[in-house]
Amino acid sequence: MEYVIIIISAVFVNNIVLAKFLGICPFVGVSAKTDTAVGMSGAVTFVMTIATIVTWFIKNYILDAYNLEFLQTISFILVIASLVQLVEIVLKKVSPPLYQALGIFLPLMTTNCAILGVAIEATGNADFGLLHSVVFAIANAIGFGLVLILFASIREHMDLLNVPKVMRGMPAAMIVAGILALAFMGFAGMV
Amino acid sequence: MNQMKNFSKGLIKDNPVLVMLLGLCPALGVTTSAINGLGMGLATTFVLLMSNLVVAIIKDLIPNKVRIPSFIVVIASFVTIVDLVMEAYLPALHSELGLFIPLIVVNCLVLGRAEGFASKNNLPSAVVDGLGMGVGFSLALTMLGAVREILGSGAIFGYNFIEGDLMLAFVLAPGAFIGLGYLIAINRVIKKE
Repeated sequence: MEYVIIIISAVFVNNIVLAKFLGICPFVGVSAKTDTAVGMSGAVTFVMTIATIVTWFIKNYILDAYNLEFLQTISFILVIASLVQLVEIVLKKVSPPLYQALGIFLPLMTTNCAILGVAIEATGNADFGLLHSVVFAIANAIGFGLVLILFASIREHMDLLNVPKVMRGMPAAMIVAGILALAFMGFAGMV
Repeated sequence: MNQMKNFSKGLIKDNPVLVMLLGLCPALGVTTSAINGLGMGLATTFVLLMSNLVVAIIKDLIPNKVRIPSFIVVIASFVTIVDLVMEAYLPALHSELGLFIPLIVVNCLVLGRAEGFASKNNLPSAVVDGLGMGVGFSLALTMLGAVREILGSGAIFGYNFIEGDLMLAFVLAPGAFIGLGYLIAINRVIKKE
């Protein structure tokens, strides 16, 4: 039951993009087309889950064990950066089709604050064991993917609208995101 | 004159948030009030200035292949300094900004200026650029924070001039997106004139 609550809370109530404002750069950057949005969601799910597992072990068995909490930011970002490289190399060798699909999005992962944000949040929560953290990471990735794909399909339709010139592009997209956030506020109180 | 131009480009013409659309996560996440926006802006300015300074000094010593990881380590060190100093001296602001302090590391603006500007220019230009971009970032965050605070709770910098709640949505998540959308549009109009 607690896992169900973690999932509903991360996907709908405290959505990573619309309520916590993490991963805005890819959210506005790759949401112009639905295809790229799907690819990006896949890459985020993959990297976010692995990154959370690895940082969980680092936090619990190295940083906490030797009182090195102040190194958290530096160690996490280095681990994530090298992990992204590693995933890219392994994927290229093991599964070329998957590499083709995720390829161009993988290098962007290092500066995606959603990855680091979820890792810090999952490892910083004292109630979370390893399994909780993994479920939390996957749920957040699903929340990210859901909103990204929703937003991309809305933006595809928006190309056909006659928007005032100064509002064209990013300002209009931001207001759509605001309305989407307003809709997601309706889920508040579910958990 | 050239340095003046270098500094002022970050304010309106190439404003990091409103034009380049970098660092949007903190810009949306912490601007529930003007003072939070200003605090986040100043913290980022410090990191931006120091990382530009260090990157401009060490740029010739770093092999080209490992430059991005090296820049990230430099940035992460200064973010850790900001995090610890803020926790010690400004605990209230530190807990308001929360997760977004360590996330300055992955602010595309900081890495973008280190890689895109400081690693290609001399020391004075890099410092001036860092300062200009930082001020532009702070300006955008403070404005967005002020707009949200005025419309959402009838206050500015914590000074309450209208009692009670106004449009609560502006303090909550939707207001951040809508407020930023209009600020980008306003900046476009100003730039054109």
